[in-house]
Amino acid sequence: MTTLLNVKDLRAYYGQVQALHGLSFSLNEGSLTTLLGANGAGKTTTLRAICNMVRSTGGIEFDGKPLNNKSTESIVRFGIAHVPQGRGTFTTMTVEENLQLGAITRKDNAGIVSDIERMYAHFPVLKQRHTQQAGTLSGGEQQMLAVARALMLRPRLMLLDEPSFGLAPLVVRDLFGILGKINREDKVSILVVEQNAQLALELADQAYVIETGRIVMSGNAKDIANNEEIRKSYLGY
Amino acid sequence: MELFTNQVLAGIATGAIYACMALAVVMIYQAIDHLNFAQGEMAMFSTFISWQLMQWGVPYWGAFIITLAFSFVAGIAIERILFKPLAKAPVLTNVAGFIALFAIINSSAGLIWDFTIKQYPTPFGSAPFLGSQLISTHQAGMIGVTVLLLLGLYFFFQYTRIGLAMRAAASVPESARLVGINTSWMIALGWGMATAIGAIAGMLIAPVVFLEPNMMGGVLIYGFAAAVLGGLTSPFGAVVGGFLVGIFENLAGTYIPGVGNELKLPIALALIISVLVVKPAGLFGRHIVKRV
Repeated sequence: MTTLLNVKDLRAYYGQVQALHGLSFSLNEGSLTTLLGANGAGKTTTLRAICNMVRSTGGIEFDGKPLNNKSTESIVRFGIAHVPQGRGTFTTMTVEENLQLGAITRKDNAGIVSDIERMYAHFPVLKQRHTQQAGTLSGGEQQMLAVARALMLRPRLMLLDEPSFGLAPLVVRDLFGILGKINREDKVSILVVEQNAQLALELADQAYVIETGRIVMSGNAKDIANNEEIRKSYLGY
Repeated sequence: MELFTNQVLAGIATGAIYACMALAVVMIYQAIDHLNFAQGEMAMFSTFISWQLMQWGVPYWGAFIITLAFSFVAGIAIERILFKPLAKAPVLTNVAGFIALFAIINSSAGLIWDFTIKQYPTPFGSAPFLGSQLISTHQAGMIGVTVLLLLGLYFFFQYTRIGLAMRAAASVPESARLVGINTSWMIALGWGMATAIGAIAGMLIAPVVFLEPNMMGGVLIYGFAAAVLGGLTSPFGAVVGGFLVGIFENLAGTYIPGVGNELKLPIALALIISVLVVKPAGLFGRHIVKRV
């Protein structure tokens, strides 16, 4: 298996405050990897550092190419789609415009049109509401839209920040089912940050546990889920 | 009744200019959250450029097009040189920047072309429009050009990729960057377009107010009034506000005793204050809700 994303000794700062203290991990092409950890452990900061949305040092390589010092908007062109915390919906625009924006860096108009149809097949509710302002969608629908918007890039890697946040358990099940399907069928590698460790471990193949800005545990998702000691001390269930 | 219709039509004609200025102000406000006090001076300078070109023998519409191109590039240059470095600076620093820009442009125009009033030609003539005494051909031309401009802008923002990207960059900058939009250049592009729109307003109003370095002072205040009335967050509102302010200004000048021509400007200021007190978001603006 080839390594798609390689993060080495990542340190990130908010002003004078250091949030990541030399964090290293890697993600294999085609895998669904999860970063777990408590509130404030540095999960979101890790995703933001990958897209250069926070000041950081250390090595970030994507497909063998360094991402350091590239602007956020140019990192997207490597094929990295980031679904931020809070979903980042363009609330004043229509659902369809949100999808078009996901593909704004692409030039193949026919491909974009057919991909929009593909997203409507994945998420039928978006088709029903395609002319509606995105801000009028429910939380779950907006999360679907955010995932669909990210997929419109035809990404090689999708970064998802707390996709389950604020959603009803049933909606979360649905969403995670779709994420698994996208990972298997569309061959999109996924890095998902989650507080809902139980659910994330069911879905993922690879898992890392972060505590106060460092990786404290890594391994096969099944093994971590089955290890009662780890679960109790780090994941709290 | 004929006086009333006449005043309303004249109001729509000047309202078209206020609509352009309000639109220019709103475009920049949407992009960088600041009011461009120098918008009027920029428009005035563009108008002088077109006048100079015509003095050199360039025909009206040729000068018009060259001036638009010049204004577009100049707007981008002003953003890159002056306001991009101030992007993260406090509000007052930006206000100082706008005042400096106002003073620099105003004095440069005075230095180059001096402060005497100049005649500015109209390509439409000033005969009665379609033989009717209600409105002149120039006024009809002002309305026509503005309507064409607004339609063009509507199609640009609604149906082109770059228009979509500009709207996205203005509404949620962080998400825009995450889909790969270079938001910094979208802001510069907004400045270029706003400056060109201002230039159109300047060139259309110049035959009415005459050409001189302070010609846009009053016009910009009406433009601000229009933007506030329509809502600073709504380009559509700015346009509607422009026409309403134009009509209101004319009717007030005609029918409210004692207002006349002299007190028209205070009416615009009174309008700004009343809107801010009664309905701060304007007619079409979004309410800004802040978490506390």
